[in-house]
Amino acid sequence: MALLQTIDLTRHFGETKAVNGVSLSIEEREFVSLVGPNGAGKTSLINVISAHLQSQSGQILFQGRDITHLAETERVKAGIARSFQLVNVFDDLSAFDNVALAIFAREGKTAHLNRLAHLDTAVTREADTVLEQFGLAALRDERSRDLSQGERKLLDVALAYALKPKLLFLDEPTSGVSTRNKGQIMDTIASVVRSDGITAVIVEHDMDVVFKYSDRIVVMAQGSIFAQGTPDEIRHNDEVAMVLMGTSGPDAFTTKG
Amino acid sequence: MDILVIQLLNSIFYAAVLFLIAAGLSLIYGVMRIVNLAHGSFYAVGAYVSAWAVGSVFGAAATGSWQLAGQLLLLPIGAIAVAALGALIEPTLLRPLYNRPEEYILLITFGMLMVLEDGMKLLFGGTPLSAGTIMDAMGSFHIGGLLYPAYNLVVIGVGVLAVIGLWWFIYRTRFGVILRATSQDRRMASALGLNVGSVYVKAFAIGCFMAGLGGAVVVPAQAAVLGMGIDALVLAFVVTVIGGLGSLEGALIGALIVSFVRTAGIQFFAEIELAVLYLIAAAVLIVRPTGLFGKG
Amino acid sequence: MSSVATNLSASRLLAVALPIVVILLALPQFIGIYQTELLTYGLTFAIAALGFNLLLGYTGLLSFGHSAYFGMGAYTVAFIGRDLNIHSMELCILGGLFSTFLISALFGYVCVRHTRIFFGILTLALSQVLWSLAFKFFWVTGGTDGIRVARNSITLLGGLIDFKGSGSYQRFVYSYYYYVLALFVIATVVMWVIAHSPFGKALQAIRDNETRARFVGIRVRRYRWFAFVISGLFTGLAGILWVPLNGLTTPDILYWPFSGEIIFMTVLGGFRTFTGPIVGAIAFNYLKVYAVASSQYWQLVLGGVLMALVILLPTGIVGTLPRLFGKLRRS
Repeated sequence: MALLQTIDLTRHFGETKAVNGVSLSIEEREFVSLVGPNGAGKTSLINVISAHLQSQSGQILFQGRDITHLAETERVKAGIARSFQLVNVFDDLSAFDNVALAIFAREGKTAHLNRLAHLDTAVTREADTVLEQFGLAALRDERSRDLSQGERKLLDVALAYALKPKLLFLDEPTSGVSTRNKGQIMDTIASVVRSDGITAVIVEHDMDVVFKYSDRIVVMAQGSIFAQGTPDEIRHNDEVAMVLMGTSGPDAFTTKG
Repeated sequence: MDILVIQLLNSIFYAAVLFLIAAGLSLIYGVMRIVNLAHGSFYAVGAYVSAWAVGSVFGAAATGSWQLAGQLLLLPIGAIAVAALGALIEPTLLRPLYNRPEEYILLITFGMLMVLEDGMKLLFGGTPLSAGTIMDAMGSFHIGGLLYPAYNLVVIGVGVLAVIGLWWFIYRTRFGVILRATSQDRRMASALGLNVGSVYVKAFAIGCFMAGLGGAVVVPAQAAVLGMGIDALVLAFVVTVIGGLGSLEGALIGALIVSFVRTAGIQFFAEIELAVLYLIAAAVLIVRPTGLFGKG
Repeated sequence: MSSVATNLSASRLLAVALPIVVILLALPQFIGIYQTELLTYGLTFAIAALGFNLLLGYTGLLSFGHSAYFGMGAYTVAFIGRDLNIHSMELCILGGLFSTFLISALFGYVCVRHTRIFFGILTLALSQVLWSLAFKFFWVTGGTDGIRVARNSITLLGGLIDFKGSGSYQRFVYSYYYYVLALFVIATVVMWVIAHSPFGKALQAIRDNETRARFVGIRVRRYRWFAFVISGLFTGLAGILWVPLNGLTTPDILYWPFSGEIIFMTVLGGFRTFTGPIVGAIAFNYLKVYAVASSQYWQLVLGGVLMALVILLPTGIVGTLPRLFGKLRRS
């Protein structure tokens, strides 16, 4: 049974078909990259699956269960977490507090108002561990508003990861980050995800990153799935090359310069 | 039957004033995405300034059609004063706060409200100020066996003109297009070369002008009293809750609904008429959180 | 509270709080009866501001109608005394908290469904409904004359302490000061725990980024409602404690300018800190007494100062002090 299955999922905005009858399967432990030109509907698809947007027709099955009409908080509880293209973290809380909060929420401890947060060593230790895994340990006490863009992006991912999800959606986790740091960030994310056996779906524009880490690549265009396959299959798919890079041929996916 | 007609006219009269206030509030919110808590106080300032001006220049014994014409011409001065005040306030007190969390704008406009309310007490004293001479001079006419003040029709006329005028201004003029563009997407408008700062101060001044005009036209019929600003603020908010913030049609429909409910309410449940309005507002918000026509 | 790690070790906290409590305990000996009474007022407002700031500083919700809960507490005590002839302060507190709970749960339920702007409007409108009810049903509420709560009828500690007989005014002022002080300390400790609990962190998360809070699984509306009710209860407690001191409750404390005062004291002290509201309330209390004495138009002064604070000193007294000390140390 696939971990996640969407059946003919649709979401329009007036004339624009942002998500146009998308049927997608994600297997457990897969590392899937979602690629496509701007406006292809990648973020919209994630938004619909995570309940940031309501779908208009179609179904979403998670572990066989129909979650199409569940609110986002419930999908989180079911095991779906996500990060955001435009960073969404808790600006006035420290990096540590950000992660700790996610853990408290996961454990259902956020309803506790009679206990001091910093005395919960189980949570504080785990938060510190997560920060270390993401290379943010040194920034533990910094206000997240004061962190660099790359650090904030990592924090966004760390927040989603701290929820111990079964399925993790990362929306352009390296966008806006300098090329030098991109590799580092992706390495961190990939290693953390793989070692925990988390299923990950990543929206990414950088094809080098995509080819390097993915088990499977899903190509979207104009709200639909255009093609999918292993990196090898996609690399040799001329039509995909046209859609994504504007040229075809053996060098289509080589980055210039 | 006559009473029904009079109630109808009263409702429309009241709705005209409410529309002016609420449309101003909605315009400011629609373009600038800020809520001015002192908006009701601007309405009150408009009323006071107009009443004071008319009273000072023409005095209590003004009679005759020249005098009347003069008073009518002078009446909008309250609106102009308020617009000027708004044009001063926006760049100095509001602009520094646009990048801060929205509580700051609410806090500062609340401070403005306090200053204005006490300022009116200071400047105009506790006794009500009226421009009733205008209403008297215009006389009344018969509806069936009852008399109805002619001035109220003037107010209704102003309201109708305002609806048409605003609609035309926003949808048919170049500046209206600029306003709508800025309200849709501030950064884009700026990137396209529009001077957002200048648009903002003008939009704010126009919104304040509307509130002041509401006060100016109401004051021949109802004296300016302390506390009228707060009542107006709450009513304007009920109107925008029902009709939606940022929408012209919403301000109109909301004003009509609130006005009719209030008129009916006063007849039957004078004690709890305000409560009925709040209940309607709460009910609308539960069903449609952004109001009937609101922008989110 | 403002994000960066606070040294929350017990010893450091006690080092700061203990001297203050000791001073507050000893003060009445030195400042005389009038000042003691004044300080008692300050402490009740501090409780109100603490409650208010749970909503503003921690949850990011600006309420313009907190006078409703203060007034509810005060009027309930007055009703209990007048109609049920119960004068035990403890029972009055219980009764007042109960009615405040009902009102804040109801109003909160309606208000937290909305965006921040409509939230503020609704809180204002609902508090004004209460105010107009206090006026219109004057045969119940005493209208503008209000209801008296005679100090010498009150009993403290289950009847152990009463204020009948000679010297009762003196005894009342001093005993009541310590009573309020004790409750103030308890309220502060409770609020401190709440603010630093996982729940408090969740509120701050909601304040900072409502979307992200949802996406870590926090049910935002429900948490806002909890915060609203707790906030209302604290402010209600303040009203309950205030009315025997004032001797009288009138619709004035339900009227919107009083909500403005609560906002003002919180902003004055600094709404992004825990202790800001306390400092602001006490400072404001003195400010008001001396300002009202010197000018009729003190609402004008208040409004002007509020505007200046928002633009020039947005972090308030407590928020600005660290920066000031930093500058002084460097120079």
